[in-house]
Amino acid sequence: MKEKAEVVIVGGGVTGCGIAYNLAKKGMTDVVVVEKEYLCYGASGRCGGGIRQQFTTEANIRLAMESVRLFEQLSEELDTDIEYDQGGYLIIAYQDEVEQFTKNVQLQNSQGLESKFISPEEAREIVPLLNIEPIAGATFCQTDGHANPFKVVHGYAKKAQEMGVRIHKFTEVTDIETDDGQIKGVKTTKGTIKTDTVVNAAGAYSRDIASMVGVELPNKPYRHEILVTEPLEHVLNPMIISFKTGIYFSQQKCGSIIGGIGDPEEPSSYNVSGSLRFLKRMAKTMIELVPAFGHLNVLRQWAGLYDVTPDAQPNLGWTEGVDRFCQANGYSGHGFMIAPKVAELIAELIADGKTSVPIDGLNVKRFEGEITGETYVVG
Amino acid sequence: MIEIVCRCEDITKEEILEAIDQGYQTVEELKRVLRCGMGPCQGRTCTPLITRLLSEKTGKSPADVSRPTTRPPLQPVPISTFAGEEE
Repeated sequence: MKEKAEVVIVGGGVTGCGIAYNLAKKGMTDVVVVEKEYLCYGASGRCGGGIRQQFTTEANIRLAMESVRLFEQLSEELDTDIEYDQGGYLIIAYQDEVEQFTKNVQLQNSQGLESKFISPEEAREIVPLLNIEPIAGATFCQTDGHANPFKVVHGYAKKAQEMGVRIHKFTEVTDIETDDGQIKGVKTTKGTIKTDTVVNAAGAYSRDIASMVGVELPNKPYRHEILVTEPLEHVLNPMIISFKTGIYFSQQKCGSIIGGIGDPEEPSSYNVSGSLRFLKRMAKTMIELVPAFGHLNVLRQWAGLYDVTPDAQPNLGWTEGVDRFCQANGYSGHGFMIAPKVAELIAELIADGKTSVPIDGLNVKRFEGEITGETYVVG
Repeated sequence: MIEIVCRCEDITKEEILEAIDQGYQTVEELKRVLRCGMGPCQGRTCTPLITRLLSEKTGKSPADVSRPTTRPPLQPVPISTFAGEEE
C-alpha cells in the first residue's frame, strides 16, 4: 500500500472513481481511492441507472443538465461503451399532481431544460403499451435517459489508474487522524496513508466516515429495492416514473426491464436484503401502468441504500472545523445521474481551490438554517 | 476452440481469465465486469466453473473463493404472480 498521497478518496463508487479520474485529468495523479469492498459495491452498482434532469430545485436541475452534457461524451472519453441511451423520462401525472407538475416544467424551462407537459394520448404515442386510463398526463424530457452504472464506474476507474491513481479494494478505512483541525492521515485495514486531503464519497456510510473526525452529517440510510426481468425485444424508450406511487422502470440495452418502487413505510437502516412486500407492490403498480409486463419473468431482486439528506440535495465541498475534508455524499437517490458534473466540480475545488459553478449552497453547513429542498426524489 | 462458461450471457473462459488477470478476483466482481451469472439461470451453471477458474488462477482452494450473493426469486417467476393478492 502507498504510504503517502496528495488526496485520499473514501469510496469506490461513481463519485469516488469519478473524482479520482477528474483529479488525474487535471494533473493530480498522486491520489488513492480506498474501497471497503469492490468497485460499485454500494449504491452505484445497485441503482437503476436513470439520468434525469426534471428536478424541482435550481441546483439539482443545473447539476443534472451539466451532467447530461458530460454523459453525452463519456463513452468516447472513457473508451468504454457506457450504454448511454437518451430515451427520455416520462413522469406520470395523476389528476392532483397536474398543477404542481405544470409549475415544475416552468421552473425547468426557465433553466433552459426542454421538458413539457403532455396529454395521456401523447404519452401513449411515446409508450404504446402504456395504460392511460388512470393518468391525467405526463411530463416528458427527451434528453433524460439511462446508462449502465457498472460501465461508468469501471470506465472512470480504469482511466484514472492509467493516469497513475491507485485504487485499494477490499480495504476499509478505520480512522482519520487529525491534529488541531488538520488531517494527518487515513488509517485502513491495510496500513496508514499520510495525507492532508480526504474526500468523503462513501455513500450511505459517509456519516460513519465523517464521525471519525467528529463531524456529524445529517444523512440517513434508507433501503430501496429493485428488480430485473428477463430480456425482451425493445418496447420501451423512456424511463417511466411516478412520484405518487414511487415507481420507476426502464428497458436496458440488453433488453431487460430494471425497476424499483419506493416504500413510504421503509425505516432508516442499513438493510440491503430483498423482500416479498417489494415484489408485490412493484408488480401491482407496474402492471397498472403497463399491463403487458405482467407476463415478464423476474430474474432477480436486490436492494441498495439511498444516502438521504434533510433537503434531498447532496453535501458538496469543504467542511467547517476540519481543514481539507471534502464532502461528496448525501445524493438522496440521484447520485449516479449527477456524478459526472459533481466529480468535475470537486476536482476543481481540490486542485484549483475554486469551482466553475458555485456549490456553496450545497455545503453541509446549510442545515444550520431553515431547510427548503427537493420534494421529488424517485429515480 | 471457444469454451463458453456462462451460457446465459455468452461469456467465454478466455474472457474470464483475462478479467482475472486484470485484477477482478472475486465472483462478485466478475459478474459486474462481464455479466456472467446474471442471466435466466442466475449462475447455477457457471458459478462452480468460475469458482474453479478463480481457484486455479489465484491458488486459493475452491472453498475459500467467496460465493456471490444469492438473490430471490431463485428461478424466473412471472411478475403477475406477485400481483395476485392484497398486502
